[in-house]
Amino acid sequence: MAETILEAVDLKKHFRSGGGLGRKASTVRAVDGVSLKVRQGETFAIVGESGCGKSTLARLLMRLLEPTEGDALFEGKSIAGLKGRELRELRREMQFVFQDPFSSLNPRMTVGKLIGEPLEVHAPSLSASDRRAKVAELLGRVGLRPEHADRYPHEFSGGQRQRIGIARALATGPRVLIGDEPVSALDVSVQAQVINRLHDLKDEFDLTLVIIAHDLAVIRHMSDRVAVMYLGQIVELGTADQVFETPRHPYTRALLSAVPEPVFGTARERIALNGETPSPANPPAGCRFHTRCPFARPDCATRVPELREIADGQSAACHYSEEITAEHGSGSHPEPPARTAGAERRFALYAQAIADRQA
Amino acid sequence: MPRSLIEVDNLSFGFRGQATDLVEGVSLALNRNETLCIVGESGCGKSVTALSLMGLLPPDATRISSGTITFEGEAIPADDFRRLSTLRGDRMAMIFQEPMTSLNPAYKIGDQITEAVRAHRGGSKAEARDRALQALEQVGIPAAKQRLGEYPHQLSGGMRQRVMIAMALVNDPSVLIADEPTTALDVTVQAQILDLIASLQDRSGMGTIMITHDLGVVAQVATRVAVMYAGRIVEIGTAQEIFDDPQHPYTIGLMSSVPKLTGPRQRLSTVPGLVPTPDRMPEGCRFATRCPFAQSVCATVPPLAPVAGDHRVACHFAPLETRLEAV
Repeated sequence: MAETILEAVDLKKHFRSGGGLGRKASTVRAVDGVSLKVRQGETFAIVGESGCGKSTLARLLMRLLEPTEGDALFEGKSIAGLKGRELRELRREMQFVFQDPFSSLNPRMTVGKLIGEPLEVHAPSLSASDRRAKVAELLGRVGLRPEHADRYPHEFSGGQRQRIGIARALATGPRVLIGDEPVSALDVSVQAQVINRLHDLKDEFDLTLVIIAHDLAVIRHMSDRVAVMYLGQIVELGTADQVFETPRHPYTRALLSAVPEPVFGTARERIALNGETPSPANPPAGCRFHTRCPFARPDCATRVPELREIADGQSAACHYSEEITAEHGSGSHPEPPARTAGAERRFALYAQAIADRQA
Repeated sequence: MPRSLIEVDNLSFGFRGQATDLVEGVSLALNRNETLCIVGESGCGKSVTALSLMGLLPPDATRISSGTITFEGEAIPADDFRRLSTLRGDRMAMIFQEPMTSLNPAYKIGDQITEAVRAHRGGSKAEARDRALQALEQVGIPAAKQRLGEYPHQLSGGMRQRVMIAMALVNDPSVLIADEPTTALDVTVQAQILDLIASLQDRSGMGTIMITHDLGVVAQVATRVAVMYAGRIVEIGTAQEIFDDPQHPYTIGLMSSVPKLTGPRQRLSTVPGLVPTPDRMPEGCRFATRCPFAQSVCATVPPLAPVAGDHRVACHFAPLETRLEAV
């Protein structure tokens, strides 16, 4: 098994919210006790709905936020106490790709300057011409042209801007790339281009990817292992195949059943969740999911489920995972019905034509 | 009563100062109790098409080249903004992607819905308020009476979208136009909202035009589907025809680009390149610049021609599997 490169040890991040004007402040438990290990060279995905704490967790992992409790380890070394040169060192090893390529690039800087800036900080010995050459190389790697270095971000489309953001992140030669919804702002056809590009870059640069996303199909496509979060905690963890074929937590089952597949005639029975996600300022006692869980039993309201191994490499935080699977089946999406023979031929022709064009 | 609620015939328009039409030759029909999905990527013209039906395009900046909108048998020229806007909010209603920006943050929810009732139906404040309460209950808002007195920021995203739907449906419109109504919502909430729209449609028999980029949503809700690219419909048919027997290379490329929850996890086929900008529209087939099958004949505009029944496609090479190999 590959070595652990990044580890979270009982990470917690609590924010104080509200207060003032005579109101009482509350504590939002954005991340509330997360432990996980990311292996060298894998793509690890963190999935969940808005407010589950996935973005906060990503920021804790690379110390863009200070944890309230717990620690994050990079190659076995605590990153909590790092300062000065050591912290800069960490920044070089771990880079972030943001969701919105429209707001994360400085509009007043040329693309060359944007990509070259991290080099100025982390490789100050590089001469100006070497730096230009490096920028040109990075642009090529992400599928842009060297002459793009003289242009400004507004001259580019969303997909191209996201590539610029990726080139900038790659400039320091990082070992870990953390992407917070790196493709969700993009149109489908462009999204596919960026997904393929990230996949290629991962191989070329020997990267470990941590991807935060809400789109389950994108996650299934990109990742080796998946952590599902609900209200600040991991409720399920396993390989992509395990989580999507045999989900072991009722929340994962419900999420999967709610995703509409882009295939005609697959309307399937959905697992309806009761109400809405409770506030992370006041999470339910016992199992945090029990207020919405269609399978909840009385003791779920009082007994906190631990994240426990259910199959080899797959864990879930549910007291009744085995019983639910036995009673309700695996919970995977059914295989879609076939398209017409002509359509299959057309899809094959299309895939071939695109492959030829790229070769 | 005519079968079609709304028929759009040869709608073309652009913005003043631009030579090319943004939307060109769009013809559509929507029947009672049907959902027509208009699908496409950013800039394909799907949202402006919807706005034009509602008379919501800015009259000073818009140049209507052609088009008639026949609404419940009444033919209205596409440039009759005044007539179209009297139907809006009454016979036709619209909901948008971002409910927070479509609701007025300074007014209570009850007042906003009541205003929509009285603007079109008149009547007393108390009557309108009763109607508003009914509408909120209809869209499944818990403690509806209390919600009437609340402001939009006090609600969650899903609840706000329910309020938008309540407001849109309060006058029993026969056509609902929904522009990416679930794009900003979490997937479990999206499922609830799509179910809600479907059940309201079943109850009232209204027709829905849903604008979306999400093929998953389309597969779930559509009766018929129109695929738009760069301002033109490139393929139109029943949902089954579009998903099981897609013909246009763009439709095929779009479907190949979407990651799925089932099947093998393989490299995605993409649609290479970028959407052309309005000032640089290619002559002929507008998809030709990105199409892997494009040849010289594609410099002429392909007609939206029938494949079978009402399934139409605008490609010189349809069906690809026989025509391509013949060339």
